[in-house]
Amino acid sequence: MRKLTLLILLLTGGYKSTLAQLNAGNFTGNAESTFQYLNTDSLIGATQPASKGLLNSYMNVFYTQGHFKAGMRFESYLPRIQGYPATFDGTGLGMRYIGYANDFVDITLGSVYEQFGAGLSLRTYENMGLGYDTQLDGARIKITPKKGLVIKSVYGYLRYAFLDGRIVHSDGLVRGIDGEVHINEVFKSWESRKLDVTFGGSFVSKYQRDVNDALILPENVGCYGGRMRLKYGKVAFDGEYVFKGQDPSEDNKYIYNTGHAAVFNLGYSQKGLGIIFSAKSVDNMSFRADRTKQLQNVLINYLPSLNKTHTYNLVASLYPYATQPVGEMAFQGEVLYTFKKGSKFGGKYGTSLDVNYSAAYRPMRHTSGINPLDSTGVTYKSGLFDLSDSLYWRDFNFNISKKLTKQLNVIVSYFNITLNNDIATVTKEHGFIHANVFVLETGYKINTKQSLRTELQFLFVNKRDSVNVTDPSGQTVSVEKNYPFYYTGSPVPIDKGDWSTVLIEYTINSNWFVSAMDQYNFGNPEKSHRAHHPYLSVGYIRDATRLTVSYGRQRAGLFCVGGVCRPVPASNGLTISFTHSF
Amino acid sequence: MNLFLTFFTGDSIFGFGKVLERPEQTLKFYEMKNLLTLSMALLFSVSLFAQESEVITTPDVKKLPSVALKDMDGKSVNTASLGFEGPVVISFWATWCSPCKRELNAIHELYEDWQAETGVNLVAVSIDDTKTAAQVPTYVNGKMWDYLVLMDPNGDFKRAMGVNNVPHTFLIDAEGNIVYSHNNYAPGDEEHLYEEIKKIAKPKAKD
Repeated sequence: MRKLTLLILLLTGGYKSTLAQLNAGNFTGNAESTFQYLNTDSLIGATQPASKGLLNSYMNVFYTQGHFKAGMRFESYLPRIQGYPATFDGTGLGMRYIGYANDFVDITLGSVYEQFGAGLSLRTYENMGLGYDTQLDGARIKITPKKGLVIKSVYGYLRYAFLDGRIVHSDGLVRGIDGEVHINEVFKSWESRKLDVTFGGSFVSKYQRDVNDALILPENVGCYGGRMRLKYGKVAFDGEYVFKGQDPSEDNKYIYNTGHAAVFNLGYSQKGLGIIFSAKSVDNMSFRADRTKQLQNVLINYLPSLNKTHTYNLVASLYPYATQPVGEMAFQGEVLYTFKKGSKFGGKYGTSLDVNYSAAYRPMRHTSGINPLDSTGVTYKSGLFDLSDSLYWRDFNFNISKKLTKQLNVIVSYFNITLNNDIATVTKEHGFIHANVFVLETGYKINTKQSLRTELQFLFVNKRDSVNVTDPSGQTVSVEKNYPFYYTGSPVPIDKGDWSTVLIEYTINSNWFVSAMDQYNFGNPEKSHRAHHPYLSVGYIRDATRLTVSYGRQRAGLFCVGGVCRPVPASNGLTISFTHSF
Repeated sequence: MNLFLTFFTGDSIFGFGKVLERPEQTLKFYEMKNLLTLSMALLFSVSLFAQESEVITTPDVKKLPSVALKDMDGKSVNTASLGFEGPVVISFWATWCSPCKRELNAIHELYEDWQAETGVNLVAVSIDDTKTAAQVPTYVNGKMWDYLVLMDPNGDFKRAMGVNNVPHTFLIDAEGNIVYSHNNYAPGDEEHLYEEIKKIAKPKAKD
């Protein structure tokens, strides 16, 4: 009997330890699927794809056991959803790596996502929601000799595309090394100092064969720079400067100028108050693993745009701004202040005020004494923060958020955006677009489970005086005063004018929500195109699983996540999306 | 798992049956004791199995992955050793994500009470890239948050945790196991999260 008891206990105990062993390896990951069934809708210019149904899916699986790690992503485009880049096609493994890591060394072979500093010299990045993946396919070694001191090195090709279910590499090879030292962690004597100092430096080089018959192109192009971060109490400063050698490319029209990029941030923050001022200087800094590629393809580095990432759909997706890699000087300032509870403006629950301003200008390009046709190939001279008065972008915005009662909170926002559409082209129109956007958002908590959220947005585009434009046939013509959104004689409106958005989101309980949205193009210059875009969604969420079914019209525009956008065509139909994390 | 359970349950019935086959024999005291021990052991094992089976069907039996990140001051922090004693909430957010900010602002108002009652700590992992990373301290301090804020500018930790989109919130027990996770935020979700925290929080020792 005793033996039996012992046996049972042993077995159960043994079973438990087997489980523990099984669990020693750790799996994490996630899956996402988006299915679309789309109809033709001539009013908004939506077309039905030949296959009628479209399906994007991917699943990430990451495994670690002790020091060993491995991961992969299976991707599938059957075929890809509308607006997704054509460089995503087929079914197969789009990302995979194996590696070993301990406290001192971390080796990864295969797909690597890495960033040096702010990313001005190197950033390999993915965002599957947007169809963006510039993984470095090769090797990375990371060494941490001491806490606070890290040396990283990468070597490989970038992912250019995913075709027929296989990764297609960039033509050029990328190599890089980066070091960073946090003085206060590395040196004992600095541990308790109030001044906090970090230094870093990086060197990145690309190699691409010269197959151009007309030009002698540099096959190896280097890019190097340094960075520093200082913090003293409530004040923080960080800056990075990188220099790039001669890199003639499709982007810069094969000139032999060198390039630079610099970003500086100065911030002050204390409880209830945050202030930040940023400045950026970029000239001729497009850096790709293939000099012939454009758009979002094979970018080695990342040039962040200095402006607020907006979240309301009319502000975020109609006239967004992205850095001009061939050159821009930009500034941004932001103040966030919270009025204390019980103060005059704070009321019972406190009030927050957020004011933001950003502007970007064309760099000054000095051409006197320079012959752009001489053998040097250098076409102009420019300097750090040497800007012209030619405006690319300006955005002034503020929002006030206030909790009025225990149930009700309100956010009022205003945005004033000026966009130079000849440079940061978002529509086919020329000249400056001035947009004023007003947003009222309310949140109402019905009880602990149910809540209601509404958004009311209005966007007004200023009518402009006549302006000389180049029409589709290449002729310069004057656009008529009353038709600011047409080329003369153009059959369709080029810009759609004023918009409104009404959104109601009802959370039924912690699992279910429904939402209804209507985007109304009430200011379309062509009256017959003043269309409503109703869009209904029902969502089910349970823990880390989420299923959303939506039906309706969506306008053509930009689909953005975190300030990175991709253009999406107008559509009308059903979208089902499923996400799960494990 | 179920096979194991059936096997042992069957065996135990068989065992009892054997004993009951000769009811005329008085069970000796030590036999009684043994029987009791056996049934206790069986009960214990069954309850263990029941627990294990629950654990097995929960997809979240996993440890926090180890990723080297930095906090807002540039200090290195390894996600596998955050150094907190009680439960830890890890919330992925970004300055451009409105529901994330709604969630963290809602928790901010309750945080003091939560900490006092359960000893929980919240780690807000910002997935802002360099475009908006500089605005993180501005926002965090402007809103008077008391969380540990970690920077994940290239999504390394986000990927390792299998986060599709933000907000995504995880609950970690004192042993570093991920016991609960939730994607999305709707007002009231913070109360559900708190129920989950209370389940794993050890009652605070009373002095």
